[in-house]
Amino acid sequence: MNLPRAVMMLLLLLPVQPLVQAAEVLVAFDSAEHERMYHELLREYRCLKCQNQNLADSNASLAGDLRREIRLQILDGKTRQDIDDYLVSRYGEFVLYRPRFTGKTAILWLGPFALLIVGLGSIVALSRRRSENRREESGVASGRSTESDDYAARLEKARRLLKN
Amino acid sequence: MNFLLKLLPLAVFIALAAFLAKGLTLDPSELPSPLIDQPAPAFVADRLPAQEGQFDSRSMDGQVWILNVWASWCGPCVQEHPYLLQLAGERSVPLVGLNYKDLPAEALPWLARLGNPFTHVLDDRGGDVGLDFGVYGVPETFLIDHNGRVRYKHVGPLDAKSYSEQLLPAIDKLAAEVRS
Repeated sequence: MNLPRAVMMLLLLLPVQPLVQAAEVLVAFDSAEHERMYHELLREYRCLKCQNQNLADSNASLAGDLRREIRLQILDGKTRQDIDDYLVSRYGEFVLYRPRFTGKTAILWLGPFALLIVGLGSIVALSRRRSENRREESGVASGRSTESDDYAARLEKARRLLKN
Repeated sequence: MNFLLKLLPLAVFIALAAFLAKGLTLDPSELPSPLIDQPAPAFVADRLPAQEGQFDSRSMDGQVWILNVWASWCGPCVQEHPYLLQLAGERSVPLVGLNYKDLPAEALPWLARLGNPFTHVLDDRGGDVGLDFGVYGVPETFLIDHNGRVRYKHVGPLDAKSYSEQLLPAIDKLAAEVRS
């Protein structure tokens, strides 16, 4: 009975999407390009009031004000760079979900790649060491065979002693 | 060499734990303001009550002043209010109250009830001035120097500690700068 229940839960979610879109259609733009830019930008900026939501998702009144401001600036023909600057000059870099590449943010952008290189390097080093160990182990195995020769020789000696 | 390599995970763990412990003591809602040491945005706003005319921020040039962003709908503003009243008594800096996204009919009775520490009360019902100052958490307090630059900003309600250990020393430091 689990599968039908899951399907019904999914169906419950269905009407939400068109409603969200309907609310956004109210924002009238003169060109499709402007409208696309607006929706794109809202996803790129953080709502300062509820920090883990972007401006498109947030219900905070500050987010509403910023959406209105961004809409006006787009209608004014401002570029994305202008709007980025407008927001950064007021709220700081933190407002951008995609931080700019600067000396301060270099570790954010390059850190993961540095870690990836360290990780790959240690995997290579480990596997190399392991194959070396294996070679040594096979050496130990041949050593063991001489040991058993030694054991056989001693056994033979013991037998001879017993016979006498 | 091998010995050091064995200690490496421990060292990484200690470094990580130190960063996380530091993170616990920080307040994520307190963001560094890009306005610090920058010229405060110039603005013109209506005074409250409305018949008192307009306020132009340029009229404050040459003196140290404080802009406090508040609203009657803001709970923490009630908490902060005693410190503003105390400030008005203790220091002679003009204290400008920006009534942010509020209605005069709500704001004026609120001030009458709790006391009015402000030299000027300004109407920002549309939130435009707040937007220029990058306000995101009411109440906010900005300290502006005699050259019109923002020198200190406090987000959230002032309390005994931030009032006496940060705001007052910052005001006194600017006052000393003006004298010298």
